[in-house]
Amino acid sequence: MTGKTLRLVALLLASGSTLANAAPSVELKDPYFGEALYYAYQQRHFDAISRLDTELVQYHGVDEPLLDSLNYHINQAEFSVGDFELGYRMHQRAGRAISAVIEGNVPPAVRNEAIYRLARLLFQTQDYANALHAIERIKGELPPGMENPIAFLKGQIYLVNGRFSDAEQIFAALEGRSGYQGFAAYNRGVTLFALGRDAKAAEAMDRAGGVAGNERETEAIRDKANLVLGSRLLEKGEAQLAGKYLERVRLDGPFSNRALLGAGWADIKRDDFKHALVPWSLLFKRNVTDPAVQEALLGVPHAYAQLGLYGKSALLYGSALDKIGSELDKLDASIDSIRQGRFMQALVREEGRENKDWVIRLRELPQTPETFYLMELMASNDFQTMLQNYLDLEDLRIRLASWSTDYAAYNDIIELRRRYYEPLLPTIDAQFRKLDSVIRLRMEQRERLDKKLNKMLVAPQPEFLATAQERISKERIDALEKSLKGKRVDADTLHRVARLKGAILWNITTNYQTRLSEAFEHLAALDKDIAALQVTYAAFVRTRQAATQSYQGYDEPIRRLALKTDNALATVNTLMARQGHLLEVMAVNELVRRRQKLEEYQVQARFALAENYDRASKAKTQEETLRLNEAQQKAAANAPATEQPAAQPAPAMEQETK
Amino acid sequence: MLKSKEFASESWLTKLGVRNYKVFTMSRAICGLLCIGLQFAVPAVAEEVSREQIKGIDEQVQEIKKDVLSISSELKLLEEKLLYPSNTQVSLFVSLPGKDKFRLDSVEVMLDGKAVATHIYSFKELEALQAGGMQRIYTGNVQTGEHLLKVGSIGKGADGKERRQTGEYRFKKGIGPGLVEINLAGAGEGGNGIGFKDW
Repeated sequence: MTGKTLRLVALLLASGSTLANAAPSVELKDPYFGEALYYAYQQRHFDAISRLDTELVQYHGVDEPLLDSLNYHINQAEFSVGDFELGYRMHQRAGRAISAVIEGNVPPAVRNEAIYRLARLLFQTQDYANALHAIERIKGELPPGMENPIAFLKGQIYLVNGRFSDAEQIFAALEGRSGYQGFAAYNRGVTLFALGRDAKAAEAMDRAGGVAGNERETEAIRDKANLVLGSRLLEKGEAQLAGKYLERVRLDGPFSNRALLGAGWADIKRDDFKHALVPWSLLFKRNVTDPAVQEALLGVPHAYAQLGLYGKSALLYGSALDKIGSELDKLDASIDSIRQGRFMQALVREEGRENKDWVIRLRELPQTPETFYLMELMASNDFQTMLQNYLDLEDLRIRLASWSTDYAAYNDIIELRRRYYEPLLPTIDAQFRKLDSVIRLRMEQRERLDKKLNKMLVAPQPEFLATAQERISKERIDALEKSLKGKRVDADTLHRVARLKGAILWNITTNYQTRLSEAFEHLAALDKDIAALQVTYAAFVRTRQAATQSYQGYDEPIRRLALKTDNALATVNTLMARQGHLLEVMAVNELVRRRQKLEEYQVQARFALAENYDRASKAKTQEETLRLNEAQQKAAANAPATEQPAAQPAPAMEQETK
Repeated sequence: MLKSKEFASESWLTKLGVRNYKVFTMSRAICGLLCIGLQFAVPAVAEEVSREQIKGIDEQVQEIKKDVLSISSELKLLEEKLLYPSNTQVSLFVSLPGKDKFRLDSVEVMLDGKAVATHIYSFKELEALQAGGMQRIYTGNVQTGEHLLKVGSIGKGADGKERRQTGEYRFKKGIGPGLVEINLAGAGEGGNGIGFKDW
């Protein structure tokens, strides 16, 4: 296995497979790893990867990595890098690393988890064919706790690849498992609809729409299932049943506008126009940029017209036309604004991204009318990918620009250090060389003493431990002996000399053990002094090296890094321009589409307004005529002898006309 | 005159995309879930922006990310060597126990009598600390020998009352980089004060 493979194998053996599981399962032993996690938990993936990359480079660069504190977390650290890369949408790098594990000599459970991760990655990047190829390679022992996630992913991949029957079987099995009920039932419903088994599909959707739970995800899947099922039933003409499901959708959820619109249409289909006004009137008051609300602008007067309230209907059509006109102006302003580059400026505004629902909140940002109509587009996968890329590029641009200015500061620091140290160092070095030679000499002396004493342990040499006085006395006696040699000397003198010599020898020999012990004690004391000397010596050498290293050897790395930074900044700027342009094109296309739809509504509303106005006028005229006729008949009956006045419908007509 | 069937069949139902079901991805967070849901109403990407274009630029973005990360890593090593050489480097880390209900608002750190760092915590940062992350609050240079570290923290306990704590610690800086962890484990109820650990 390669080093990278080994790294990932070890990592895959770790319990977690997602960022949430990056938390250290054991006590944190390396603060720098903790720092990387600190960034990762805040979704600051760049900082997290960068921190961990740096630590890993240092870890693999040291002579004894086992002594490095990161060694306690090395497997988890390597694993986390892959997770952080996925979080940072670096799928290629993460994918290559996972593939290396799969190809390596690893246990089946580890390989299967790696394949699962690769398949998930491919599925997320919409590479469905390869995702299918990958997931089908999972065979044998599964990693613990991964059975359900693997099955769910497999079902999803089968579904998007058109293998509906296989997908349906998987979702059916998952429906009974804790935590999967709603999601499995919904996806099962989708597969059954695709298979044309509508009755069974409706049952599955019904189960998904009624799944218990207060979590946001559960509430969302419930709403989604009810909306889809209601829409499907409405399409099939089962309006009554459709209404039941559409009314299940929460009024404050993300799907409520569509559900309210659908509920209204379900009532209309049953000719219950009065009831249709209930959901539509709610919708009528909501944000007018929403397509469902815009449709309700015409739906409400349409229902009133069906109820025969032509005047009210005409008034509401008039109001709708005002709103549509205003929205068309807003759309024009938005298109202009995007073409002037303000859309991208709004998207990169920091305050908007503090919240995780920041895309939704864009609508609330002041001075960004261009975002009002783009909520749906901005929620699409393609747009999200491109937008995230754009934001990542903006982040990279800011970093690179900041680094570019840092290099000049580093060069200034280096230059200042050079000017300070260079004049000082020659004198210091000369003094140090002298001191160094003395230290070396003393060290050699110490070594000699040490060797001698150690030899004396084996072969005693008492004379080596004679005191200076004893040595002098012995030398004097030897000299005396030498001078007396060949001379006539009395025996008493010779005896005295011999006694003195003997006394010295006696002392040296009898005190040998004591002296030897003392010698060793002195040597130990000397060693202490030498150790202190060596500390000072090492400190000096380090300080001396640090002085040199503080300004030497940086020029080339800084020049190289500055060049790399400039090149990267140029690339980032180019990519930002291209990515931004694509986003703007998508946004303008969407706005133009919405504009066209509003124009259609405008035409429809104008015709409907005129028609209802005519109907209202006609009804009024008929009513007036009827009233006058009745009055005339009454007058004729009361006064038969007098001349009958002519009927005067004109004022009423004028009033009606007005 | 408008006809209800036209509304229902031509605009609303078509927009709902009932014939174009998408897979519901369970693992996504609620925003992602909403995004997928809304795909029902999103029209196909306009002709001007092709999938190949999106994919191509995405690959280029991944490539530049890799390059910039490499620069960042090199730069970090250079910075450490140039600005904070190991013989004088000292780094201070802040950590929190995960289960503590203490809501940390701010921390102030003084090293040898000088204020070297203050930090006001956002909710995200607090969550990251509670999840087990460690914040490097200060990196600087000090001489070898003994140094005095003083830390003050302000926050709110589970009862909503403000809690202020201070702690001090003497640490010895050796020849290698100095690493000191400031653990605010005792910041909550029944705690034992601010803890320190010399790594």
